[in-house]
Amino acid sequence: MALDLTARIGSWTLKNPLIAASGCFGYGVEYRDAVDLSTLGAVCVKGLFLGEREGHVPPRVTETPAGMINAIGLQGIGVHRFVRERLPELRALGAETMVNVCGSSIDEYAEIARILSDHEGVGAIELNISCPNIKEGGIQFGCSLDGTHDVVSAVRKVTKLPLIPKLTPNVTSVASFARAAAEAGADAVSLVNTFLALAIDVETRRSKISNVLGGLSGPAIRPIAVRMVYECRQAVSIPIIGMGGITNAQDMLEFVIAGASAVQIGTANFVDPFVWSKTLDGLQDYMTRHRVDRFMDLVGTLDTTPAGHAKKTEHVTA
Amino acid sequence: MPVDVPAHVLSNTRLSPDYNVVALAAPEIVGTARPGQFVMVKTAAGLEPLLRRPFSIFEILREPDGQPKGITLLNKRIGVGTSQLYDLEAGDRISVLGPLGRPFTLPAADADAWLVAGGVGLAPFATTAEALLAAGLTPTLFYGARRAEDLYYADWFATRGVAVVYATEDGSRGDRGFVTVPLARALDERRATRPLHIYVCGPTPMMRAVTELASRHGRDVEVSLEQTMGCGLGGCYSCVVRVREDGRTPHFVRSCIAGPVFLGSTIVWDELAH
Repeated sequence: MALDLTARIGSWTLKNPLIAASGCFGYGVEYRDAVDLSTLGAVCVKGLFLGEREGHVPPRVTETPAGMINAIGLQGIGVHRFVRERLPELRALGAETMVNVCGSSIDEYAEIARILSDHEGVGAIELNISCPNIKEGGIQFGCSLDGTHDVVSAVRKVTKLPLIPKLTPNVTSVASFARAAAEAGADAVSLVNTFLALAIDVETRRSKISNVLGGLSGPAIRPIAVRMVYECRQAVSIPIIGMGGITNAQDMLEFVIAGASAVQIGTANFVDPFVWSKTLDGLQDYMTRHRVDRFMDLVGTLDTTPAGHAKKTEHVTA
Repeated sequence: MPVDVPAHVLSNTRLSPDYNVVALAAPEIVGTARPGQFVMVKTAAGLEPLLRRPFSIFEILREPDGQPKGITLLNKRIGVGTSQLYDLEAGDRISVLGPLGRPFTLPAADADAWLVAGGVGLAPFATTAEALLAAGLTPTLFYGARRAEDLYYADWFATRGVAVVYATEDGSRGDRGFVTVPLARALDERRATRPLHIYVCGPTPMMRAVTELASRHGRDVEVSLEQTMGCGLGGCYSCVVRVREDGRTPHFVRSCIAGPVFLGSTIVWDELAH
């Protein structure tokens, strides 16, 4: 029997639960020669403001144990060029498109959402209220419960598109922000954005990146991100898109079992642009092995009963 | 179209305690590779370091019957990833993604072609020299290094018919000083009866100096930049370089897809890390 990989995020239906994470996949079209974009659940494009942005001066990234720190600074072409130049290409390539929306004011978020709502081919809006790398990147909304509520409510008024705020982990309780987003009318939440971080070159006593602080991503953050998805799953009933250091099916299943209805892959795509088909193959192997026909039946199935720990495993697994 | 090849290491030739040439079985990459393009190499079996490293395709390897066999990479050990590449043994397996990036342009058949290399900047010029020779041109290689013993692979070029001009910082072979010394002389002596195409790869100050030297002679150059790259495919925006082009104000472009080959005159050199 064919496996049903469909992922449902409220009214937004994806052919599978794998989404290319914003900021890690350009505008999608860059990957057209390597990846059939129509095989992905969705492509979340690089964050867009109304206008074009230069971003930070290099160095913009540095590697850390099992991870990397970035401060790109949301270099981007702006929503107007996006809908004119990139959106038609994404449609032609058969990509399900999620647009990451940034703003330096509530009005800017709402204006971008309005523009996107007027164009065919946008599947969902991811509201970026969590970029740690620029002052005006929405983090002031994402770190305040009132701010989160206000920006989500304002955008909710101007669009019928699925509205999915992307939450920062750099707060005491991500779950309370998920709740604020849900109460303001969000269809789902995606989490987590990167962890604010600093790596220092001790010889020069300078940060390894120009912006001094940056966002940590990659396998290093995965267990914390999985925990946050689990906490949000218990706090809200809207769907969750989980992310943070996913490199393969095993990793993505952790998020799904913790409560994510879909996942995003970011940093791992840098290392392996073919991570999508490998992860999807691994997911299907798992579903076959566990006799699960429908992907959605795996969501939020974490077994926390003591008996679940009876089976002995290696203490350290790869 | 880039492919990811789990390539067997055919050989690893250590040229010195720092330099090596590693040969990889990757016929899939040979087919579409063009001079100046690069590959992204996963040097670690695990997560340290996490990201791939960009390398110019050094040589194209073919079977005796001409069929594609693989590529070689010229590597200088400077960090974790390059040390892993230095330590490979024949039979190891390593993931190689490519070919990637915008290649060098090839000049008209009646042009002169000068390759200007500093140290490990020699890397893109073996394939470039072969392409130029195949097109009926006779390239000249201006090759600079610190000492004579650092002038690796000079014979490779000489035996194929490339004229090689040397410069060493200690004067142990060719001109004493940087590669700009013989290059400046050649530009001064040259009668501009034929078109001239100049290719440059090396340390950033050297590429800048060559760009400025050529500019004083009314010429542009093609440089192959080596920026820190996250993905090599345009996804991450880490490898940006500020350029002046198309009459626009200087702006960042991704060196992995807009480059690594650029016209030297378009680069905002002041902002490039050395």
